Amino acid sequence: MKPGHGEMLVAEGDPEVPEDERKLIEEFRRQLDEGLWAAVPKATRNGRREASMVKTFDEIPRDADRVIFFPRAAGGAA
Amino acid sequence: MLLALCATGIVVGALLAEVLIPRVDEALSRRKARRAKAPTIGYDPGRERRAEQRARQLLRSCVNEEEWAMYRDLGFVRVWGRGDGYAYLIYPHKPIVAFVPQTRELLNEYCVEFPDMSRPYGSARLPDSDDVLAKWMALTGDEHGLIRRANLHQPGRQVDPKVARRDLWRLSEWERRSWTTRAGDFRSEPDARGRPSP
Repeated sequence: MKPGHGEMLVAEGDPEVPEDERKLIEEFRRQLDEGLWAAVPKATRNGRREASMVKTFDEIPRDADRVIFFPRAAGGAA
Repeated sequence: MLLALCATGIVVGALLAEVLIPRVDEALSRRKARRAKAPTIGYDPGRERRAEQRARQLLRSCVNEEEWAMYRDLGFVRVWGRGDGYAYLIYPHKPIVAFVPQTRELLNEYCVEFPDMSRPYGSARLPDSDDVLAKWMALTGDEHGLIRRANLHQPGRQVDPKVARRDLWRLSEWERRSWTTRAGDFRSEPDARGRPSP
């Protein structure tokens, strides 16, 4: 997510393919270095939906179909 | 005599020209500037609308069917707290409102935003639905982390308590209609805490 633009695709690939995985790891690190948060939406056992915040590439579930990067939260209008 | 008058006239004319010519030049410049075309700005009036449409699709793909319908119909999403007995209302670009579902008591406002840190001054906002999704992900993924970062206020700081209570009433009516029409589809009657059974 980018302010003023909304959703933008930053990278895609199959993490099972080594070349794709390298590309995805690089992009993942670049997004976090730029100060963004990363989250993986998922379904829980009871049918609810929630997100997992991930800080390293290894934390991303292997079956995740996407990671969403969004700006870090900050205290708003005081 | 005539020669003297002519000489005087020439001198007066020269003096007047000294005074008037700069003023006329200035007036002409101003007029030219007024008539000059304003520089065109690369503003795309449809960009924000398209961004919001994409954001709505993304939100819909992340939250469950009930939450999406709630946002579509009511304009906000309710997220249950990790602990017992409280929940949050997520509005686009407004503080998160914590409340007690059973009593509809408003607890706090958590003011939080998601600024573009690469352009901290005057940067654009997230589209409405992306703002809701960012709050939803942060709340469901790391509730306490988000609450720690937010500015905590008493109810009524930015969200009018009357509006929030009316929204809670709208939510209860909306859920009642959902339960009636869906009749045991994806939910059952709420449990003792006012929380729907999975």
